[in-house]
Amino acid sequence: MIRVQAAAFDAGAELNMFTEQTAGAGAVVSFTGIVRDVDGGLSGMEIEHYPGMTEKALGTIRDEAMQRWSLAGALVIHRHGPLATHDTIMMVATASKHRKDAFEAAEFLMDYLKSRAPFWKKEMTSDGQDWVASKAEDEDALTRW
Amino acid sequence: MQILYFAWVRERIGLPRENVETSAKTVNELVAELSAREERYAVAFADTSALRVALDQELSEFDAPLEGVREVAFFPPMTGG
Repeated sequence: MIRVQAAAFDAGAELNMFTEQTAGAGAVVSFTGIVRDVDGGLSGMEIEHYPGMTEKALGTIRDEAMQRWSLAGALVIHRHGPLATHDTIMMVATASKHRKDAFEAAEFLMDYLKSRAPFWKKEMTSDGQDWVASKAEDEDALTRW
Repeated sequence: MQILYFAWVRERIGLPRENVETSAKTVNELVAELSAREERYAVAFADTSALRVALDQELSEFDAPLEGVREVAFFPPMTGG
C-alpha cells in the first residue's frame, strides 16, 4: 500500500496493522524516517511534492520490489507539508517468509524513494531556510540494485 | 502545454505552474525558449545538470522529444525519505 499525506501518523500502530495484514509471512522489517536534530538548531521542515507523480513513482518502485523479492506485502507512507523536529516523516515496511527478502526489499524501497520519488525537503534553521541538497551517495546507492 | 516548477526552481521563477504555447521539439529547446524570455528563467535554467525533468509525470531526459507531451515539470534532484 502507498500513502502520501500531510497528516501525522502513528508508525507503531501502522506497523501493527501491517503485521496483522501479512500474518503468516514470518518476517516483517520496517524503517521510520524522523526529522533529526541538526547543528544550528533545526526548527522544522517543509516537504514539497508533485501530486500525481509522487503516487505513480512510489507505486512503480513498490511494484518493482514486489517483483524482485518474495514479499507478502510492502507499505510506504510519506508525509508532505510542514513538519516539526522529531516528527515522523515516512515509513516503509515489508513482509516476507524469510528475513533476507524483507530486509533487502526495505533497503531497495528506501534507496529508490530517496532519489526517484518527487519529494523536496526544505529545512528551517536559526540561519534561515534552505532546500536540502541531494547527495551523490544517494544516487550511487541505486547502482547496487 | 502545462509547465510545472518545484522547490527552488519554483521559487526562482516565481510561479508553480503556467500554460505555455510552444513549438519546441525537445526539452532542451523548451528550456532555451523559456530562458530567453526573462532573467528569472535564465537563472533557474542556468545549469540543467542540476535539474531534473519529468514528462507527463515520468522522469525523462533533456534531449527527449516533446511530441504529444501535455505536462512538463522541472525540479531539482529529489530529496525524499
